[in-house]
Amino acid sequence: MSIRLSRRYALKGAGALAVTAAAGASLKSPAIAQNAPIRIGSVATLEGPFATGGQDGYRAMEMLFQAENMTIGGRRIEWIRESSNAQADVALARARKLIEQDNVDIIIGPLSGAEGIAMKDYSATLTGKTIVNGSSGAADTTLRNPSRNFFRFNTDGTQWMAGLGNYVRRTLNVSEVTVVAGDYAFPYAQVFGFSLEFCRAGGRANYLWSPLGTTDFASQIAQIPRSSGALVVVHGGTDGLAFMTQYAQAGGNLPIIGGSIMADQTMLSARGPHRRLMVGMVAAGPMADVIDDPNWTDFVARYRRMPGAFPSPSIHAVNFATNTMAVIRALKEVNGDLSGNQANFQRVLAAQKFKAPTGADVSLDHNRQAISDIFLTRIEERNNQPMTVAFQRATQINQTLGTPEAAFLALGAPSRTNTGCIAAS
Amino acid sequence: MIAWLRTPVGMWSTIVLGALLCLPAILPELMPENQARFWLANIFGRAIIYGIIAMSLTFLATYGGFVSLAQMSLAGVAGYVVAVTVNGAVPSIVGGLSYLTAIPLGVFAAVAAALFVGLVSVRTRDIYLLMITLALAMGFFRFVETNIAWFNGYEGIRNVLGPTVFGLPFRDPHVLYYVSLATAISLYAGVLYLVRSPFGLVLQGIRDNPRRIAALGYNVAHHRIAAFGVAGFIAGCGGVLATIYNIGISPGSVGLSATVNVLIMSVIGGLGHPIGAFIGSLIFAFFDTFAASIYDRNRFNTLIGVVFLIIVLVSPDGVIGFAKRARAFAKEKAAPKDWSRQGSKPG
Repeated sequence: MSIRLSRRYALKGAGALAVTAAAGASLKSPAIAQNAPIRIGSVATLEGPFATGGQDGYRAMEMLFQAENMTIGGRRIEWIRESSNAQADVALARARKLIEQDNVDIIIGPLSGAEGIAMKDYSATLTGKTIVNGSSGAADTTLRNPSRNFFRFNTDGTQWMAGLGNYVRRTLNVSEVTVVAGDYAFPYAQVFGFSLEFCRAGGRANYLWSPLGTTDFASQIAQIPRSSGALVVVHGGTDGLAFMTQYAQAGGNLPIIGGSIMADQTMLSARGPHRRLMVGMVAAGPMADVIDDPNWTDFVARYRRMPGAFPSPSIHAVNFATNTMAVIRALKEVNGDLSGNQANFQRVLAAQKFKAPTGADVSLDHNRQAISDIFLTRIEERNNQPMTVAFQRATQINQTLGTPEAAFLALGAPSRTNTGCIAAS
Repeated sequence: MIAWLRTPVGMWSTIVLGALLCLPAILPELMPENQARFWLANIFGRAIIYGIIAMSLTFLATYGGFVSLAQMSLAGVAGYVVAVTVNGAVPSIVGGLSYLTAIPLGVFAAVAAALFVGLVSVRTRDIYLLMITLALAMGFFRFVETNIAWFNGYEGIRNVLGPTVFGLPFRDPHVLYYVSLATAISLYAGVLYLVRSPFGLVLQGIRDNPRRIAALGYNVAHHRIAAFGVAGFIAGCGGVLATIYNIGISPGSVGLSATVNVLIMSVIGGLGHPIGAFIGSLIFAFFDTFAASIYDRNRFNTLIGVVFLIIVLVSPDGVIGFAKRARAFAKEKAAPKDWSRQGSKPG
């Protein structure tokens, strides 16, 4: 009896193995043909709070690939899309799957900061593969410990504030501001970029921090010193809306200076008392709804023809588009040839100089990080719709905002205690 | 030993163990070389690593009757301690330690944190225990997310590459796989041994009737806290491996979705036996990786959800419960005329 039992168990085991084998075999990819497709993978957030941003990024990528008829140098582009949820481990798992299972040549992505840093680290362990950023904007993705396989053609969160500090100090002639900001990495980087310029120009700044997801700002509003000449609000999404609503209700009247993600559609489309203060708000960032530039007009017109497109492309659409444009241009230049462990392709990619969809000139520094233009924007009502209008351009901003790299690195990473506010000596 | 091998459990254990040991040789026969490496490290390796963390939850749930949601945080404590203290991590916060010292330190910290969790939650049961451990887990998550000085906040600590094992880098899929497998087997055997020891028996007694155990003269609170410590040791080992596997750690690794994922792995695998954690983890790793290729990319989470729902609906005690049911069903079919069995419970 026991022998019969064991045989049955052995047979079951063999059966299970056979099923596994069959499943494995069906996953085998077909043999690589002579004119094999170029395999491009991408990682963006299609789940969680940034889902619309990720979808918009993919919309822009699809638009650019379609314009090339999905073919470069006689090789078809095979585009494999993956989704992450804005968390480093998940983005890393997706990137591994794309590189190791799907055997892609190039990855474009991810969307958020911690993901970008994780993928940069992963890219350093690869040979003959290239990762080009999607829309992530943490400085350390390229600033500290950069990877030779990681390229970023969009500017980072600190760069986005370039020009704003000088504008507030010199043009608006404000000598003291109060900065209200979220207590996490992205606002730290933005506040750092603002303070660096503003304090160097002789300004003084007070800082009020609040954790992400704060709903009651009443005590903070009471703490704003009377001596402040302007309010710099570096919040995003619902936090920004809550602060502005309560500040307006409290009768606040200081001019509002915004961070790069303050003037997004959540804020502009919401109704309420904050609108009184929002119109005229000055901010800085890599794009605006209205930019007087033929490249931008053309890009927006093409973008609007895509199914599901917003009236104006989001920041993620612009960043994904900028990075994808660089990849397409470099692939064309090498005629789709990725041989030699992509050495030639990577050299050509690093040397790309082109106009981003916004009309800004883009090139890379020695860490493969973008040097590009930043726009000063103002919120204006046009056809009863508030929108951001670019009125000034800070040209060719590098990652250290013009400070020598060693000196910039010596300042340390931005934090709530390291605001970048160092008075000119 | 030979007699044990002849029992169905022994047979299966030997077959599975053999298959796992030979896996690195089998996989390249089934698929191209690079995919074989991917499957080894990122499906099986990952499943084993997260299976260890899930097993710490299964151990507490099965033998103590406590469902703790803090297990991923305990793994995170170990991971963060390694990342903070080890040489070569970016940014270097304390640094200076070799992996040989940092890893035991990490596991030790996880045990200490687990004892703390056990102490805090010692008077709670069921849903209240679930809530208090969830609160501790979220507290830890928010703490590491906002603390820049020690944990580098939202961006976390990267470049934890792992030690070299017998001169081979940890990043090699074979090294990663075998080290994880060896750790998992030792911990698994340890759990099976422990539950037959007097401590394990008392623990199961507490699960069934804490009052009676107290009346017998055992200190229920001490045993409960010690059980959390054991689970913390298991979770700590898993956490160290997960941190090295992910080349670093960030708050997302200990966030709400990571915490819930561990619970999902345990539940779909089955809370009846420690092996369920690894089965659940393997199913999870497979669907998490391939759902987007099988189904619509924008909606692949639906597929994952449906698969998990089906498993739990068909078999409330997970995949291992399903196996038991299938065996009972087969037995009934094989002997339909055995009316005397009608009244007895299946399995």
